[in-house]
Amino acid sequence: MNSVQTWWEILTLHSHNTRMVVLTTALLGAGSGVIGSLLLLRKRSLMGDVLSHATLPGIVAAFALLSTAGLAAKQWFPLLVGATLSGLAGVGVMVAIRRTTRLRDDVAMGIVLSVFFGIGVAMLQMVRDLPDAAGLSSFIYGKTASIISFDLVGISIVAVLVLSVVLLLGKELVLLCFDDGFAAAQGWPVAMLDFLLLGLVTLMTVAGLQSVGLVLIIAFLIIPAAAARFWTGRVGTMMAVAAIIGALSGWAGASASAALPDAPAGAVIVLAAAAIFAISLIGGPRGVWCRQRELSRLKDRVGRQHLLRSIFEILEDAGPPTANRPVSLDDLLEQRSWSPRELRRLLRRARRHGSTEPCGNGGFVLLSEAGFGEASRITRNHRLWEIYLIRHADIAPSHVDRDADMVEHILGPEMVRQLERELDPVLPLPPNPHAR
Amino acid sequence: MNHEHPAHFPLTVHDLTVAYQRKPVIWDVELNIPEGKLVGIVGPNGAGKSTLIKACLDLIPRTSGWARIYGKPYRENRHLVGYVPQRESVDWDFPVSVLDVAAMGTYRRLGWFKRIGKTERMLAMECLEKVGIGHLAGRQISQLSGGQQQRVFLARALAQEAKVYFMDEPFAAVDAATEQAIVALLKELRDLGRTCLVVHHDLATVSSYFDWVIMLNMRVVASGPTAEVFTEENLRKTYGGRLELLDHAAHALRGPATP
Repeated sequence: MNSVQTWWEILTLHSHNTRMVVLTTALLGAGSGVIGSLLLLRKRSLMGDVLSHATLPGIVAAFALLSTAGLAAKQWFPLLVGATLSGLAGVGVMVAIRRTTRLRDDVAMGIVLSVFFGIGVAMLQMVRDLPDAAGLSSFIYGKTASIISFDLVGISIVAVLVLSVVLLLGKELVLLCFDDGFAAAQGWPVAMLDFLLLGLVTLMTVAGLQSVGLVLIIAFLIIPAAAARFWTGRVGTMMAVAAIIGALSGWAGASASAALPDAPAGAVIVLAAAAIFAISLIGGPRGVWCRQRELSRLKDRVGRQHLLRSIFEILEDAGPPTANRPVSLDDLLEQRSWSPRELRRLLRRARRHGSTEPCGNGGFVLLSEAGFGEASRITRNHRLWEIYLIRHADIAPSHVDRDADMVEHILGPEMVRQLERELDPVLPLPPNPHAR
Repeated sequence: MNHEHPAHFPLTVHDLTVAYQRKPVIWDVELNIPEGKLVGIVGPNGAGKSTLIKACLDLIPRTSGWARIYGKPYRENRHLVGYVPQRESVDWDFPVSVLDVAAMGTYRRLGWFKRIGKTERMLAMECLEKVGIGHLAGRQISQLSGGQQQRVFLARALAQEAKVYFMDEPFAAVDAATEQAIVALLKELRDLGRTCLVVHHDLATVSSYFDWVIMLNMRVVASGPTAEVFTEENLRKTYGGRLELLDHAAHALRGPATP
């Protein structure tokens, strides 16, 4: 009971301290979602990783400098300046490796990331004995508990900055991400825009060092943006959704880590983000479940159309005029490669759809009035498309839509009349499909 | 070669050399392209066709020489230029709509910070209709076929309302209907006095599509009216002595000529 109450108090931001921690982390998540979306679309997500890992030597160096100079060594501002400088230096080395050698991006990133992080860890060992050095390692995995109101102010400023840049320069940044060659040809300063993007990522990363830590900040930059892709096909919406997902993960993760003081905050936040990602992957409108449902719907529709067309063709074989009467299931089974089980399933669905009606004999199937009309239309469309493909295959495969209920809408009445003329002598259809 | 470069020509190139990593890709390019021509750029793979276009558009650094648009450097006259990059150069899974992409053609005129408004959207729509895909305007671009993607790129270039168009392989892997639509559009542009430079691969259609041709194999083998320079000899110089290509070339020469 007690622990439930603790959770409740944390999630609803009961105490001032949790409120600040959770708010800060949520803001960080929202900002990272927005800027991470652009980074993802620019296909540079891992650059954020290089950048964050490369901050460590800067943090330690700034700390050591302040400490040996006899100043209070744990002031955040100089440490963050150090982090920014060495992070940018890391990206600079990466770009230099890419430009001057034939090594590929991933290799350059791997080298820079590990070397800078290694240097940082080694330096951390060296300054271990300086006073106050104990808190430094919290930059690696993040420690939300140490967030102070200064962080909230800092992160708010960064978040507002990111948001206003994206609002002002959204068009330019999206163009850069979509087609940098075209952007350059139009005269946009591509290198400058890239640098701006990098700058915003740097700010976001450095702002997140305290709460998420430098190893896992990349999760904030990638996961909300990646999850947002399952919800929308528009870049503006994607950024908004990513911001919401980032904020939610920050809120949930920071609350959880406040309730479980031993769990490293960064890890808990990443787990929260990963949970939202999994939900998006499966349940988002562009996620696995919806795709699967679409696929099975398509399968159903095709199956039904095959069934109706087969029935109609059997009715036709009886000679003109084609009229509706019960059709034996054995005839249907001969028509196509259905197994009896499959056919029964298709018939059940057709019945539910109202395309057939009971005819009092289990071995036969009878189309309903509506089903008969639909069957005749499906058969006609199918034949028109066949003829079209045979006669005009050279023109436009992209114009063929067998599913189209109204061929005329796609091919135009002129073409349909022509096709019908070609169709007539081959396979006559009844003049009035509803004739009994 | 005549080294005079009249300023009223849409594209003049002088002594242009481009090198990647010390290896020259195109060198000593001299070109004078008159206004209102449909210009085909042909040559074997690796001949530097795309490089030539990119060097003219300041997209890659030139090792020497210059390229001018209507007598001025590209950066001063870029508003006169439309560009159709290779279709594969972008990610077609990008979360934007067909109309969004076409509207990108208006961004330069729009300038910094401003968002597209009704005027831009209408122009983009008009351009989409000109290339025959107005009905797809609201679609996400990942749902397009290859031919439709190419049409979107053309619509975007049309929205640039340029006088000179540079097109990098607009006919690559498109269906026959799209190819015909693009050719019709190119001819329409030419009749309006626009100039189009088109990187092209299919030698069989060169003489029916283009009235000017640049034959390129790291250097300019020939540049001039198709009827004059698209000869067997020049083809041999451009493509080398490779047999299958010569066969191809012979076939091309027998192909239908423009009236």
